[in-house]
Formats: sequence, structure tokens, C-alpha cells
Amino acid sequence: MQGREILFIVLSLVACFAGLGVVLAKHPIKSALSLVVNMFSIAFLYFTLEANMLGITQIMVYVGAIMVLFLFVVMLLNIGSDRSGMKILDLKLVPAILIALLMFSLISFQVLYPLFGMQYPVADEGFGSPEAIGKSLFSQYVLPFEVASVLLLVGIVGAILLARRKA
Amino acid sequence: MIPLSAYLSVSLFLFLTGLVGIIIRQSPVVMFMCIEMMLNAVNLSFVSFARYAPWVASGDITQTASQWMTGEITVLFVMAVAAAEVAVGLGMIMSIYKNEPDVNVDALSNLKG
Repeated sequence: MQGREILFIVLSLVACFAGLGVVLAKHPIKSALSLVVNMFSIAFLYFTLEANMLGITQIMVYVGAIMVLFLFVVMLLNIGSDRSGMKILDLKLVPAILIALLMFSLISFQVLYPLFGMQYPVADEGFGSPEAIGKSLFSQYVLPFEVASVLLLVGIVGAILLARRKA
Repeated sequence: MIPLSAYLSVSLFLFLTGLVGIIIRQSPVVMFMCIEMMLNAVNLSFVSFARYAPWVASGDITQTASQWMTGEITVLFVMAVAAAEVAVGLGMIMSIYKNEPDVNVDALSNLKG
């Protein structure tokens, strides 16, 4: 086994256990910190896919901005553990596990199984570089780019409106 | 070389973990975190499909250079939308918590007519 495979296995195990931690942790702070670990390991999975620009963007946007916002809100509101918590015999656990198993079997049978052992081409060398992303972002995808800026503006205005409203 | 299905399995696992989390957790903040995790899982499968292109082998679609970028650009836009969504969503959660400090999602029915 080569270094790449070992790296992938370690990163995906960390991502999966951190993802379980988000769901199973009692306290929201622990969930948020598990989510930080999860997003970091996904960023490094992007690096193993040679999508370097996206990995850096993932760290900056998700870990740097979104998770800080989450931690800020959890600490500002002083949210404690779920009072009702996660009861072991919660009725909702049954349909949740059922839906998850159904979807797992569907996708693994329909998508993962046909892909197994199939040969496919790999993207060229610099496919995840900032240069390639910038070129297609400002030529082919310039209209969605502008629309996204309007969306962010609307988001900012909406957040300020929600925060300033007198209850 | 790491196969595409390995990346897709990790993505599927994270997506289903987020799905189960949304169903079983009661705190709205944790549910929101689970939504973010599901978005991340889908992003991971977008990027892995962008790097490996199994549909090219079948010869149905001719792939030009700019089409290789579609998956990655989509991930960038998903990140932008997620940032806007988190700003608005956390604002809403904060105003909910201001009105009633002990929130249980199952008991929230203010919008019911």
C-alpha cells in the first residue's frame, strides 16, 4: 500500500468519526468542534483529489467563516445540552435508521456497484489550480458569479434585518 | 490510484449521518450543523466526479476542456450559497431563542395558521 492510500484511509476515517461526533455529541459546542474537524479532513480530501483551490476555499469559507459563526451563536446564546437529549428509545430513531439503510442500499446498488472496477479517465494536471478555476469562473460562468454576489448581498441585508428587529 | 467509489462511499456515509442527525436531534443549531455536513458530503462527491469522469469512457458525451471544470465551479457556488444561508439561518435561530430560551423543534408551531 502506498502513501496516498494510507493518507486517504486516515483522512476518511477522521471525517467519518467526526461526522458521527456531530450527531452523537450531547453538547452543541462538541458538535461544532467535531464539524470543524470534519470540514478540515474534507478539505484535505480535496487536496488528495488535486483540487487545491477548492481545498483552500473550504478551509477559509467553512472552517474560517461558517464554523466561527456557529460557535459564536452557540456561545452567545449559551445553549446547553439538549434537555430532552437523545433518548435511546426515541421513536424517531427507527424511521431515521430505516431511511438511511434504504438510501444506502439504493445508492450503493445503483451507483457504487456499477462504478466498481471501471476504468475512467482522470482530469489533467492543473485542473484544480486557481488559474483554471478563475478562467472558467470569469468566462463561462460569469452570470452565475454575478447572481451569487447579489445573493450574498440579500443574505447580508436579511441577516441585519433579523438581528435589528425588535421582538 | 484511489478509486472513485472510495470517495463516493465517504460522501454517502457523511450524507446519511447528517440525514439521521436532522431526524433525531432536537436542537435547531445542531440540526443546522447536520445540514452543513450534508452539503459538504455532496460537495465531496461533486469534486470526485469532477476529477474522475466515468461517463467519458462510455463515449456518449464529448468532453471539452471547460466541461472538466463544471463540478468544481458548482462546489464554489454551493459554498457561496451556504455562506448566505448560514448568515440568515443563524439570525433566525437567534431570534427564536430570544423569544423562548428552551427550544424544542418538535414544539415550534408559531407559523401554524
